[in-house]
Amino acid sequence: MSTITTSNVEPNKNNKTNKNNKSSFKTLIKPNLHLFTLSIAATAFGAIFQLLAPLIIRFTVDSVISNQPIDAPAFIVSFIERIGGVSFLRVNLWVCALAVISVSLGEGLFTYMRGHATSAASENVAKKLKDTLYMHIQKLPYNYHVKAQTGDLIQRCTSDVETVRNFLGSQVAEVVRTVFMVVFSVYIMLGTSVKMTLVTVITVPVIFVIAIIFFRKVKSTFMLSDQKEGEMSAALQENLSGVRVVRAFGRQKYEMEKFDKKNSEFRNLSYKLIHYLALYWGSSDLFCFAQILLVLVVGINMTIAGEITLGSLWVFDRYVGMLLWPVRHMGRILSDMGKMQISLGRINEILNTPEETDTEGATEHNLKGDIVFENVNFSYDESKQVLNNLTFTVKKGETIAILGTTGSGKSTIMHILLRLYDYNSGSVKINGKEITEIKKQTLREKIGIVLQEPFLFSKTIKENIQMANSRAGDFEVESVSKAAAIHDSISRFEKGYDTIVGEKGVTLSGGQKQRIAIARTLIKNSEILIFDDSLSAVDTETDAQIRRALSERKTDVTTFIISQRITTLMEADRIFIIENGRITGCGKHEELIKTEGLYKRIWDIQTMLEGDFESEAAI
Amino acid sequence: MNEYEEIDYTKSFDFSLWKKLAGFMTKHKKPLIILLVSNTLIAVLDITFPLVTRYAIDNFIMLGDTSNMGWFITVFAVLFFIQAVNIYLFINEAGRMEIGIVYDIRKTGFKKLQELSFSYYDNTPVGWIMARMTTDAQRIGDVLAWSIIDLVWGFGIIVLAFVSMFILNAQIAVRLLAITPFLIAASVFFQRIILKGHRKVRKINSKITGSFNEGINGAKTTKTLVREGKNFEEFESLTSSMRYNSVRVAIVSSILMPTVLIIGSIGVANVVYSGGIQVMTGVLTFGTFTTFVSYSMQIIDPIRQIARIFSDMQSAQASAERTFSLIESEPDVADSPEILKIYGDALNPKPENWPKIVGDIVFENVGFAYKTGERVLENFSLNIKAGEKIALVGETGAGKSTIVNLICRFYEPTEGTIYIDGTDYKKRSQIWLQSNLGYVLQTPHLFSGSVTENIRYANLEATDEEIIEAAKRANAYDFIMKLPDGFNTEVGEGGNRLSSGEKQLVSFARAILSNPVIFVLDEATSSVDTETEQVIQTAIDRVLKGRTSFIIAHRLSTIRSCDRILLIHDGKVVEEGTHKELLRKKGQYYDLYTNQFKEEAENRLLTDR
Repeated sequence: MSTITTSNVEPNKNNKTNKNNKSSFKTLIKPNLHLFTLSIAATAFGAIFQLLAPLIIRFTVDSVISNQPIDAPAFIVSFIERIGGVSFLRVNLWVCALAVISVSLGEGLFTYMRGHATSAASENVAKKLKDTLYMHIQKLPYNYHVKAQTGDLIQRCTSDVETVRNFLGSQVAEVVRTVFMVVFSVYIMLGTSVKMTLVTVITVPVIFVIAIIFFRKVKSTFMLSDQKEGEMSAALQENLSGVRVVRAFGRQKYEMEKFDKKNSEFRNLSYKLIHYLALYWGSSDLFCFAQILLVLVVGINMTIAGEITLGSLWVFDRYVGMLLWPVRHMGRILSDMGKMQISLGRINEILNTPEETDTEGATEHNLKGDIVFENVNFSYDESKQVLNNLTFTVKKGETIAILGTTGSGKSTIMHILLRLYDYNSGSVKINGKEITEIKKQTLREKIGIVLQEPFLFSKTIKENIQMANSRAGDFEVESVSKAAAIHDSISRFEKGYDTIVGEKGVTLSGGQKQRIAIARTLIKNSEILIFDDSLSAVDTETDAQIRRALSERKTDVTTFIISQRITTLMEADRIFIIENGRITGCGKHEELIKTEGLYKRIWDIQTMLEGDFESEAAI
Repeated sequence: MNEYEEIDYTKSFDFSLWKKLAGFMTKHKKPLIILLVSNTLIAVLDITFPLVTRYAIDNFIMLGDTSNMGWFITVFAVLFFIQAVNIYLFINEAGRMEIGIVYDIRKTGFKKLQELSFSYYDNTPVGWIMARMTTDAQRIGDVLAWSIIDLVWGFGIIVLAFVSMFILNAQIAVRLLAITPFLIAASVFFQRIILKGHRKVRKINSKITGSFNEGINGAKTTKTLVREGKNFEEFESLTSSMRYNSVRVAIVSSILMPTVLIIGSIGVANVVYSGGIQVMTGVLTFGTFTTFVSYSMQIIDPIRQIARIFSDMQSAQASAERTFSLIESEPDVADSPEILKIYGDALNPKPENWPKIVGDIVFENVGFAYKTGERVLENFSLNIKAGEKIALVGETGAGKSTIVNLICRFYEPTEGTIYIDGTDYKKRSQIWLQSNLGYVLQTPHLFSGSVTENIRYANLEATDEEIIEAAKRANAYDFIMKLPDGFNTEVGEGGNRLSSGEKQLVSFARAILSNPVIFVLDEATSSVDTETEQVIQTAIDRVLKGRTSFIIAHRLSTIRSCDRILLIHDGKVVEEGTHKELLRKKGQYYDLYTNQFKEEAENRLLTDR
């Protein structure tokens, strides 16, 4: 809607060459070549039939009514002779009338075919583009999505695709039709009178050039108008999102003036634009009228002189009307072509971003085994090392709790296990196999992770939970929901498990979302389980309840729990303390509280403060 | 993107609605009159041209009398010139009218949006409002200016063509007239299907947009669940249905055109047949014959257009209904006319009549329930002296924000009375109170513009010195000076070029600049980092002195220094007193405080740098 949002987009510098573009014009057209060919053929025949109609009138006026020699290809002449000649037609004029209808039937048939084929082709292209975009976006690396600008991406996937579709659907067809009209009509006219043909088309190139020049010129005004419209809706949007501030300072008047300024600017620019357009259409109409008048005057004189027939005059008069409008319109379409290219470019920017790839020869693997990190290094970009020579071993079936400062890399370790990121150096082995040699799909299917900020889809709660395991039945859904301590809350909803979540349905609290995400992960029956600070929005009591349920369920599933709550951490088999990408402490709760360090300091806060409050209250 | 876009279409013609819409049109009298005149003229001339040609054929060609040729050219040239001017006028004036109407609707809507209460914003998504003010306003303007004027032209052509034909030759005219009902029926029939189809396509399209939105936002989750294939299947079924329905609409459209054309050609054929016979028998001249052929072709398009316009008007009616529902909403909090007369409103404030606010606030048996029926306060009484510093603590949903919003008169009590300086605050205007208010929100909102402009928002007349002074008092000066352009740094849309801590500092400076008597800090420090929190904290202590202030906070340091702490639970004050008094009580406040203390201490350890 607004051009402001799009201006922030950095063009992808790596993809300047158009050769490798996934959706170049050719690749879009190719699978639908038959449809486009059909559309062009139908357009050609449609144009022929459209041009035929005046010829029938001419024939009727000249040869049937006025008895002049037939000016038509030999086969038509012989056909007419066979049915009884002109005299037959004079008595049976209905045959001519029927010819008028048949020609329009022909035109209608081809118009229909053109419409059908063109829309089928352009809708195919649009669908293909959207599908490709959707799949491609899903396959882009994790890191891309961490940084993605949703609004801009959506704009590219929707409006830009729409621009391409519209171009292929109506504009190309229009251009093709115009070209056929010009070529065929000139051909027909030349057969009648070269002089008159010249008179008829003399201004057509001029009008065409003027149209192109005009639309090129006003293009900048069009773009400025788009920009002003964007500014206006941005002003509105800002007012709406800042409504509390506006009211708190009683600034309604100021806001109205501000909006009115943008609203007026857009209005005034639109006035200017419409004035240009009115001038253009008005004056080019004048041009066209002059052309028509020229045809009439020269034509009448030539008719009087006997150089052409009355019927031919009619034909020329009709044709000039049929040519002028599409030619003027074509100027506009051609100047719009740039828009399509820009849109296609923006779409290609997404498609040219490389998808996530898997190591060649990666295989499936049983993940039930020890997890071994050895001297693992990782950084998102060269600037800051996130993991520093990280080394640890986790035994099969162990429960590991992780405590770390913000930015210490604790989530990164988990992301590496799922190969959402690949480490730079070192080695990570699960059950004896380097994880870069295990299929990403296998890792992600067998490792259940609850992300810090889980995303729920706008479906029912049941569908959201079943997402991780489509074969799971109602009983399993309920059982994992009970384990995630969310069953009772769900039951309280009017529609229970069939409640739709998100914008269109019930708004859930952060804690509820987290618990549904936990249920969703549990239903997977993973071989490794990861909770990435996924109980942060849940109160301590529920937290404990979930952990109890987990320990009852689990058999030999290796589990990682990242948390900042000591109570959550303390029951684990071992606790890792992560600071600056390395392990600075490791052991059981009882051991850690005896050694100086982060864990002990936090433990101290929890336990030793009560006395302090007593004294504070006493002062 | 807009789930609200394609619902609630009414089918029948809503007369009162169109009357209101006509009001928007008649506001633009001059263009409207020019349009009516020029469009009628266009139709008249369109019908005249074949008559002029008829004269030329019959006289010049048939009789060979070219003595009037000069006149013919002159008349034609003049008519053409007039027509070109008409077309210029038509486009220009219809365009101006469209633009003017859209402008008016937006202006009216915006004004209403400034008057509507928070309760409206609570229940109306911003996206919905945006759609009314942008797309719908545009569609209304479009239809009012162009379509209705096109109707004038279309009816003009049809009526005039038939009048002219009946004068020339009634027999052929009747034959053509017989065709028109079929033309109309076919057009209307297909347009209905097309309109329905378009709605369906738009609905699916907004689902696709929603699906893209979800696909992008949920991409990370999708990866961890290995759901790519399933998601794509679902998406693919949407795009398939989109393709199917779009092609269907296109097919119907491409049947409509030929159908109309073929029915029209029956008219032409009729003319050729009966006209031809009459020419041969000498009843009809060649000129008249060609005129009839021209007319029979000319009337096809207007009929098709009229059918299209009616279906356009149908969808414009839906747009208008939604837009009017916005424009005609009544604010829940409104000043009575008598009050407005004395004190003025936000658009016409009368500060000269405003009594000075001291800052005593009394809640007397106040009850409050949201429109949804959710009850927040019941029989709530509270007495606050001018200059007192009050902390409100309690769980989310306990009613803290409601109390503050009531004080600001963003909402009004559903029962009971709130007094400011001993007077029921409904007896003063909203702007009187809100001009004396400083309000800092949890999520600070800045407007695009420079830092200076944002601070000046609180006092449009403030000098640069005063702005710098306010920034200093808010402890924002140092960070502002470190920005690339200092006070002139652009903050970006929504202030997004600044960190949330920086935004909060600017919004705090803004509140200080208004020099308010009543100060409200609604979770002002909860979304900023510890460092900024301390910076703000020292400023708060300094700035709030001598002002009646309300602080909703989690952070202990903020709460501890208040004169009075109110622990709110379920819309009631359950504990009340100074920090020490409440600690000694060892009640709910004590628990809350100790828990909070632990959490804060931990956070300090875990957010090292």
